[in-house]
Amino acid sequence: MANAPQQSDARGTGLAVALLIFGLVVVGGVGTTLYATGRWWLPPVASAHGAAIDRLFYSTLVVTGVVFIGVHVLLALFVWRFAARGPGRAIYFHDHRRLELTYTIIPAVALAIMVAASGVVWARVRLGAPPADALIVDVRGEQFAWLARYPGPDGRFGRVDPRRIDARTNPMGLDPDDPAARDDVVSRTLHLVAGRPVRVQLRSTGVLHSFFIPEFRVKQDTVPGMTLEIWFTPTREGQFEIACAELCGIGHYAMRGQVVVHSPAAFEAWLAQQRPALSPAP
Amino acid sequence: MVEGREHGLRDAQGRRIAPGAKVRSGELQGTVARVEPAYGVLTIVTEAARAGKTERMVRASTVEVLEEAPPRPHHEPFIRRYIFSLDHKVIGIQYLFTSLLMALVGGVLAMLIRLQLGWPGVRWGLAAALFPGGFAGGQMKPDFYLAVVTMHGTIMIFFVLTTVLSGGFGNFLIPLQIGARDMAFPWMNMMSYWLLVPAIVVLMASFFVTGGAAGGGWTSYPPLSAIPAAAPGSGLGQTLWLIALAILIVALLFGSLNYITTILQLRTRGMSLMRLPLTIWGLFVTAVLMLLSFPVLFAAAIMLLFDRLGGTSFFVPAGVYVGGEVLSHAGGNPLLWQHLFWFLGHPEVYVLILPGMGMVSDIMATHGRKPVFGYRFMVGSIVAIGVLSFLVWAHHMYTSGMNPLVAMAFMTTTLAIAVPSAVKTFNWLATLWGARIRFTTAMLYAIGFVSLFVTGGLTGVFLAQPPVDIYMHDTFFVVAHFHFVMASAALFAVFAGIYHWFPKMFGRFMNERLGKLHFWLTFIGIYATFFPMHFAGFAGMMRRIYSTQVYGFLQGLAPLNVFISVAAFGLGLAQLLFVYNFLYSLRRGPVADRNPWGATTLEWETSSPPPHGNFPDELPVVHRWAYDYSLPGAPDDFVPQTVPLRPAPVAGGQDDDREPPR
Repeated sequence: MANAPQQSDARGTGLAVALLIFGLVVVGGVGTTLYATGRWWLPPVASAHGAAIDRLFYSTLVVTGVVFIGVHVLLALFVWRFAARGPGRAIYFHDHRRLELTYTIIPAVALAIMVAASGVVWARVRLGAPPADALIVDVRGEQFAWLARYPGPDGRFGRVDPRRIDARTNPMGLDPDDPAARDDVVSRTLHLVAGRPVRVQLRSTGVLHSFFIPEFRVKQDTVPGMTLEIWFTPTREGQFEIACAELCGIGHYAMRGQVVVHSPAAFEAWLAQQRPALSPAP
Repeated sequence: MVEGREHGLRDAQGRRIAPGAKVRSGELQGTVARVEPAYGVLTIVTEAARAGKTERMVRASTVEVLEEAPPRPHHEPFIRRYIFSLDHKVIGIQYLFTSLLMALVGGVLAMLIRLQLGWPGVRWGLAAALFPGGFAGGQMKPDFYLAVVTMHGTIMIFFVLTTVLSGGFGNFLIPLQIGARDMAFPWMNMMSYWLLVPAIVVLMASFFVTGGAAGGGWTSYPPLSAIPAAAPGSGLGQTLWLIALAILIVALLFGSLNYITTILQLRTRGMSLMRLPLTIWGLFVTAVLMLLSFPVLFAAAIMLLFDRLGGTSFFVPAGVYVGGEVLSHAGGNPLLWQHLFWFLGHPEVYVLILPGMGMVSDIMATHGRKPVFGYRFMVGSIVAIGVLSFLVWAHHMYTSGMNPLVAMAFMTTTLAIAVPSAVKTFNWLATLWGARIRFTTAMLYAIGFVSLFVTGGLTGVFLAQPPVDIYMHDTFFVVAHFHFVMASAALFAVFAGIYHWFPKMFGRFMNERLGKLHFWLTFIGIYATFFPMHFAGFAGMMRRIYSTQVYGFLQGLAPLNVFISVAAFGLGLAQLLFVYNFLYSLRRGPVADRNPWGATTLEWETSSPPPHGNFPDELPVVHRWAYDYSLPGAPDDFVPQTVPLRPAPVAGGQDDDREPPR
């Protein structure tokens, strides 16, 4: 240590850094998280599969929280305890095979369990086939709005053609030459039924968007050229927001859609009031 | 031929065989062009009467020196020495200065982001006066906001952290720590830096073109980035972004080829791979990652340029309707870009963290006066992370529309990569156990690195799980995650490295009092800025949104965002302390001697700063690993790598460290 700058008292600095790590990171981290639970937190879940996702989230939070606290407490303790103090040298200790294997294997096992647990949830929420009685909706993202379509009495979606898109008269681009398109119902607001599974097929006109309904724990990009289907079951009546979660241009921040979850009767009543999008105005 | 004490070659008379010497070998006569001491061969340029110049390779043992090479000129002209320099140290420092300058730019952009997110809709007279194009009526414009977000990410990832770690520290440290005189390809090294400069010029120029800089995010997902009509930033700005990136990639590939070759070929005698300092291991695996992953992004960037300018359809499908008309593209797939981008993009985050992991390990050992714990596991985990980093890319794509079954595979590999990361963390803790920590600024930053890496690494466990990621993806939780694990941790490694190697680079110390103040403010500032972002993500706040005022579910976040912005401004201001300390210490810092920290690695065996050629006369010979700190029985609490394992053997014996025959 030839001419290194004079260091302040190591014992004092060690204590200060240990307190910084413990106070700011451990106490601050845990404290602000607890504080945030009441204010800035996952909105109450409103879909059937969302509960499983939340359980996975909370168990991950507990596991990572324990590691977070544990590692930082050790870090603070070591920094405080092993500050250079008095004469003497550090210990010449640089390998301990069993210790190293222990802290290789324990995380490996913990992570393997986590893989299994979330694999099971994933299989349930994303790989399972939708029930046969599911409602089916076609949702299309555009710059910068959402548009929903219901198949109408024939139960089939008609052909759409981007060349037929007209912002005022035919925003969906329905093809009037296709009989199946003539009874399709188009709505700016997405209407769903509480307790009834819904298959949402997602499309996009031009750029990527992402169909995000926080309360439903649902997020799926919409990709031009692809029709992607997700399904879920809303569990709570009420109004929710559709957010766009994938950058789609200058209006990305304002690409807000609305979801209304009805009781089955209210939904049927709403649907009955709708006129097909291609029918001439009365 | 006898081998000199320096690895250089000499002829039977003991005259040096060096470039420029006139030599004879059998019937050949000519001037030495290149010497390969490791193989005992050299290349001679002969002047045959009629054939013009010919190069011939000959064995050094057959050579007789007629006239020794003229001594190397000590003073190269300024331009060769400091501008178009071939010296790896100068190039490293050029990379360092350029990256730090770009960090200031990226930092100012970060402040603009926080200005907008903290107080959306507020009019700012001063900011509007400073950035007249980006503000309308005192309010930031959405397209400017997106350009700022995009350029902040692009600059910080590609033009600051990648360049400062590999270009700056890699260039400066690799030859010094392995005991080489320079890089394997000095000219290519110079080209690497001088390609960085035009890349930056092109990138910065994009701020001033019609439509402004690229606004598609640092990931530039098409079709948004492929279709000029899709957004203002998708015009010329996006083209320039792609060109800048393509130039930068060539620069980085020159660099990484150089680092790999140098580390494999130019290690000094005794420097076996398992004696390399972990800094070199980190830089080596990083260079391999860059070499294998950046060409993929290069190809993707060229393909996207073709889509934009040449009418191809790699990424744009049929029937795309933008701005009121249907485009003529057909047959492309936007997901292809995402696969190509993240095939680079995920190794890239390890490109940013592996060098830091190595540097932090070495700094911790030096200032903790204790060997790094579990050197073999450390090397193994660096290599394991490097290999696995190529198998995790699609964890960025759980919601992209790829087959959900694929997510299972990527979840598994992603959680697997957490194992070597955990091993490293525990090894750092074990390194501190029983240490005698000197709380230099470098050490404080190394300790801070571990904390940030743990905090950011743990949030990665959430994102690795597809069901949880469905909710968290593209929210501020992700922003918090990568700002901890990749950005802040890598930044802390950079700071640790600068405070630690500044004396070697410039022969002076940085001010330790200011350094410590800088550490405290930065550490607190980082936690205060990025930790609350997790909560914004919990609440569902999306990335890259210009305002939180549109959505009902984001209304409650206003005070949180104000807090984050204030913390970010504090964090930004604290960096001015570093700028001042850095610039002041360059000229006025206390003079440092050869090995002020009492370190073992080779760069501390030469003067500070090292001369041209790094080691004044002979190249050092390595006899031991890099971590003999507090070795029992040794006179000092550190034993340099050049000290033989036992007292030199009998007179006339070689200073070798092989076991004597039994």
